[in-house]
Amino acid sequence: MKLSHAPFEKYSLVLLVGILFVVSIGGLVEIAPLFWLKSTIEKVDGVRPYSPLELKGRDVYIREGCYACHSQMIRTLKDELERYGHYSLAAESMYDHPFQWGSKRTGPDLARVGGKYSDEWHVAHMTAPRSIVPESVMPGYPFLAKRKLDYDDISERLKTLRKVGVPYTDEQIENAKLDIIAQTKPDTPEAAAVAARYPKAVVRKFDAKQGDVTELDALIAYLQMLGTLVDFAKYDASGPNLR
Amino acid sequence: MEVASTKTGGAAFLDWGALALTLVGMALGIFVALFSHDAVMQFHAVLFALFALAGTIFLAGKAFSSAPSQPADFYADNVIKAGTIATVFWGVAGFMLGDIIAWQLAFPALNFDLPWTNFGRLRPVHTSAVVFAFGGNALLATSMYVVQRTCKAKLFGGWLPWFVFWGYQLFLLMAASGYLMGVTQSKEYAEPEWYVDLWLTIVWVAYLLVFLGTIMKRREPHIYVANWFYLAFIVTIAMLHIVNNLAVPVSFLGTKSYSAFSGVQDAMTQWWYGHNAVGFFLTAGFLGMMYYFVPKRAERPVYSYKLSIVHFWSLIFLYIWAGPHHLHYTALPDWAQTLGMTFSIMLWMPSWGGMINGLMTLSGAWDKLRTDPVIRFLVVSVAFYGMSTFEGPLMAIRSVNSLSHYTDWTVGHVHSGALGWVGMVSFGAIYCLVPWLWKRQGLYSQRLVEWHFWVATIGILLYITAMWVSGIMQGLMWRATDALGVLQYSFVESVEAMHPYYVIRAIGGLLYLTGGLIMAYNVFRTIRGDEPVDVADQPRIAAAPEIRHPQTVPAV
Repeated sequence: MKLSHAPFEKYSLVLLVGILFVVSIGGLVEIAPLFWLKSTIEKVDGVRPYSPLELKGRDVYIREGCYACHSQMIRTLKDELERYGHYSLAAESMYDHPFQWGSKRTGPDLARVGGKYSDEWHVAHMTAPRSIVPESVMPGYPFLAKRKLDYDDISERLKTLRKVGVPYTDEQIENAKLDIIAQTKPDTPEAAAVAARYPKAVVRKFDAKQGDVTELDALIAYLQMLGTLVDFAKYDASGPNLR
Repeated sequence: MEVASTKTGGAAFLDWGALALTLVGMALGIFVALFSHDAVMQFHAVLFALFALAGTIFLAGKAFSSAPSQPADFYADNVIKAGTIATVFWGVAGFMLGDIIAWQLAFPALNFDLPWTNFGRLRPVHTSAVVFAFGGNALLATSMYVVQRTCKAKLFGGWLPWFVFWGYQLFLLMAASGYLMGVTQSKEYAEPEWYVDLWLTIVWVAYLLVFLGTIMKRREPHIYVANWFYLAFIVTIAMLHIVNNLAVPVSFLGTKSYSAFSGVQDAMTQWWYGHNAVGFFLTAGFLGMMYYFVPKRAERPVYSYKLSIVHFWSLIFLYIWAGPHHLHYTALPDWAQTLGMTFSIMLWMPSWGGMINGLMTLSGAWDKLRTDPVIRFLVVSVAFYGMSTFEGPLMAIRSVNSLSHYTDWTVGHVHSGALGWVGMVSFGAIYCLVPWLWKRQGLYSQRLVEWHFWVATIGILLYITAMWVSGIMQGLMWRATDALGVLQYSFVESVEAMHPYYVIRAIGGLLYLTGGLIMAYNVFRTIRGDEPVDVADQPRIAAAPEIRHPQTVPAV
């Protein structure tokens, strides 16, 4: 049999089907197995869904396009471990819809920025970055402190995330609105309930101002928890964690 | 019905069906505008309702008009004229936005501390404006031009090409205004939210129908090679767009959605999409452009037919695998990283197959590089294509990537492809198309094309050399350790060191933008019908086919 290219040049549907077949293969081989190979995501303790306030902070982070300049993915390279801490695990972003690994570091990686700086540092840095870091090229975000956080649909947001696979419980969804306020009111029974529902959640009035919860509160709550959920003193990459 | 008497029953039925759809669209827009609590959604719903209203007026005018239909032109060129003008407009807008954010990185005070002027929101406006608005309109216009000429058939679908054109502009408007108001999915080059994605899907299916329908009614026995590339671009982008944008909206009356995928699977899907937005939108589509305009302008046949077959199938097969090279040393499993690296390196070969086929088409006509600046644009674009498709596989090697990733070297690489290849091949095609479509003797000024060429080339060189030097510097500073093994530089020291290079880059961008403005002026004067100032210097092929003097047959 003589091979000929003619059918592809004479029948447009043959060409169309040929193209579709050829361009499907790579994606099927590279993407599909990630959904069933158990070794893709490490089994580790500590990773939990975002608290409602952290989630709203994450939504602000996405809205302002922070990912355009900050990665959240520490690579397995010596200098990155020195600079940023333990390399990022797949498990640490398993509830991230969408992922925020980023592709560019105009500013530093933020995967483990949680707890690295004080709330006061973040407030001043967000309001006027060059007042804290003179060489910084980051835009200022003074408007975040002035904007009241809009969280009317927070329960719907949690429910939507549950639909795509984040294991929010009914209790977490029911209390979502209250939990937003409670996470900014330390030493109250409500705050204790937030910490119980979301272990290791930091409860503080992040922008240190009385009154409404602001967008800045939410963003700092998010930044302060990044990379803090897994206890790497207990994590053993070669041990039972790696299945 | 009397109104349908000049048309076949089927076409009239479709017109009435479409008219009904525009009314449904208008109702939908008004409903969402009234009941949504999301200001951006309301604004977009109003835009959508106005779009549907314009469609209603157009279709009703057509349906109720008793005037006999115009004697049909052989080709449907008005939509291509609109696409050409849109390409020039969006090009200048996209280059300008890019240069603004380049200056913001050099002088951060230019962010003005406002939400809608900060880098994070403007950056996707820039990338979408150049990739989807400038590049997309260039592809729409040239593909519709090329498919008609190479099939000797009028565009399929009557008014459907116009729906594709205006529907696509509506997509661009909703996407860009959304980013400015903080509506984004945060997936690079796939930032538009769920409802804008749905709209683009509808427009894209219509585009596929127009393109495939025209091929089906062709009066040529073979489907020309440029059309293989355009078709691969259209269907693959549809596949990538639909899969990568799978998401669940929080409310059907709100803009916010959450991606169906998370973490590592989402990263892999995104870069499968992201790299093939480069591979199919910015490569396969523009190779289609190259395969028509280079041989046409050089008046030479394509160098090798066999090479075009081999490099077409291998290019589209291999490109799809290359995504994981964006995720080296990350939490993506090693087997996927290795596959991505391997296929990226293999991709070098079909890429250079395309480059060789484009460049060698000039054999026997190399003198035209000196005399025809439009050919020079086309040929230099192919040279840049060759350069960036060598650099790409190099950067996809894991050990090289450990240095280059996250740095401005990547930004420089993208721009050698975008400014050098995509930009210049589009400029070449625009300079060909404008006199051909508006039936002119030539361009208003060939000297201005010369100016555009040199200003743009110097701009690109400043841009990419600044980003090479500074990107490699950044990578080396991040990993530098002293004798005790301690990191030598803090992160902010690397930021500080970038400043002079950011300034050089922004100057390069300013030159490229200046070139775009020169083109816009030249195109405007040509369309207006001003007497060309140097028509005697322009090649025969610069004139529209209808008024071109016949080719002198070379002695055998």
